[in-house]
Amino acid sequence: MQDGLFENARYRIAGDRGLLIEYGDVIDPDVNNKVRSMAMVMAQDAPEGITEVIPTYRSLLIVYDPSITNPVKLQEALKTWEARLDDIMIPPPKTVEIPVCYGGEFGADIAFVAESHNLTVAKVIELHCQPEYLIYMVGFTPGFPFLGGLSEKLHTPRLETPRTFVPEGSVGIANDQTGIYPVASPGGWQLIGRTPVKLFAPGRPNPFLYQAGDRIKFRPISAEEYARISEQEEDQ
Amino acid sequence: MKAFSVLTPGSYTTIQDQGRYGYQQMGVPISGALDTFAFQAANLLVGNHKNTAAIEITVMGPRLEMAGEAGVAVTGAEIGITLNDQPVEGWKSFRVKPGDILDVQQVKAGCRAYLALSGGIDVPEVMGSRSTYVGGKIGGYHGRVLKAGDVIKCGEAEHPARAREIPSDMIPDYPAEIAIRAIPGPQDDFFREGLDIIFQSDFMVSTKADRMGYRLQGPKVELRKGAPKSIISEPTMPGGVQIPADEQPIILLVEQTVGGYTKIVTVISVDLPKVAQATPGDTIRFKKVSLETAHSLYQKQLKKMQDLEEILARQ
Repeated sequence: MQDGLFENARYRIAGDRGLLIEYGDVIDPDVNNKVRSMAMVMAQDAPEGITEVIPTYRSLLIVYDPSITNPVKLQEALKTWEARLDDIMIPPPKTVEIPVCYGGEFGADIAFVAESHNLTVAKVIELHCQPEYLIYMVGFTPGFPFLGGLSEKLHTPRLETPRTFVPEGSVGIANDQTGIYPVASPGGWQLIGRTPVKLFAPGRPNPFLYQAGDRIKFRPISAEEYARISEQEEDQ
Repeated sequence: MKAFSVLTPGSYTTIQDQGRYGYQQMGVPISGALDTFAFQAANLLVGNHKNTAAIEITVMGPRLEMAGEAGVAVTGAEIGITLNDQPVEGWKSFRVKPGDILDVQQVKAGCRAYLALSGGIDVPEVMGSRSTYVGGKIGGYHGRVLKAGDVIKCGEAEHPARAREIPSDMIPDYPAEIAIRAIPGPQDDFFREGLDIIFQSDFMVSTKADRMGYRLQGPKVELRKGAPKSIISEPTMPGGVQIPADEQPIILLVEQTVGGYTKIVTVISVDLPKVAQATPGDTIRFKKVSLETAHSLYQKQLKKMQDLEEILARQ
């Protein structure tokens, strides 16, 4: 058995329409992969009466219609799938490249992040662009990715007083996490840059560029390239 | 066709339908009418399908100049309504014609009222729903609350020739002391005395009460000794009663997708409209029920809506 993965899934009752299934109690790629695989299997062949399947770090919420099914029936179905998991083709996760213009007006807190760790701004950018971050979960606002894999050298606490307005596309750091604000919202993360790419476009056939389980790689761009991509995105 | 223009918008007036499903895993909350019963009743009164887009009114209603002939009904919170300065009743349909002034005033009891028009509010569907999600700037009218000067369209429809009304025994009342049924979980095992406190105390609705959630005030709902203060973020359900660091409960509603605090109990589906109608200062008392009871109440509610559809179709 892999570390952190439960031998048997644990079930929790989340009201009269929700069944929460936990596959582990740690933030860990193996646990998250199990969550993702189960979500994908269910998306391919959902039993009757399921209205939503929501994967997060280590748990999966099934929202069901109680006039059609119930937790007892769902648990039976889940056991069957789990047994079949090895035989089912799960599409491999994709890596999405996100261009980011770091610092300046787009990343007001990058100097603070650099100073806190005795790094140059250039080193902060280099460290932030190195990993392929795993998207553990999407939530908070449409398309907001919660990413794992931030270099320990960049761990920085949240702002003491959250901003009432964080612009769309802002890239931030909060403790051991990094993420992107796809829509403008209040927020307390340290802002280090901004992407011109629209991460949430409700008018597109697929409004999102990625889902939980995929990976994100950041690429540093100049202000000129930011402006150019911005224009292309507007034209779409 | 043109339905009305907004003269004054009211305090928080949005377009809502049954909600946006299938995107919570992408961080898009379901949104939708908070009081599903009042919302569906309003639609049935004007001959619409029960889940057609309508107007959700919060505390203070809008003043509208009607632009076309239509059937109209206002349901939900007890609220003053006038048509060309003449009072009209809630939970009954009436007809409007171009130039009519429809004024929805301030709630007297309850919090949210629903205004349905025959043909339904005509705004583009966004990801399968017309519901407004203000936080994500999508759905409804340009993803925002209505403003003075907005011109809203509705679908063409035959509205029922005769006025319809909801039978008086099916109209809920909205008391200031509210009993709300809830099922323990999903994290009831994180609590011991906290469970007694949640089911045996009165909680007051604070002023921080909106479509995301209702913050309550009352005795502290303590976690069991040694239980972690927060959990790894997981999906939330409307009705989940979250216990944050200050140990004051929050009833989560339809504009939330994930959270990292424990949920001690979850309000049952058929009682969510009662939460939607609670206003700051009201008292909430949670009553424990089993999952089986909640499911049979859910079935009863479905049957009640079917009965209502048949009753109204005969009127």
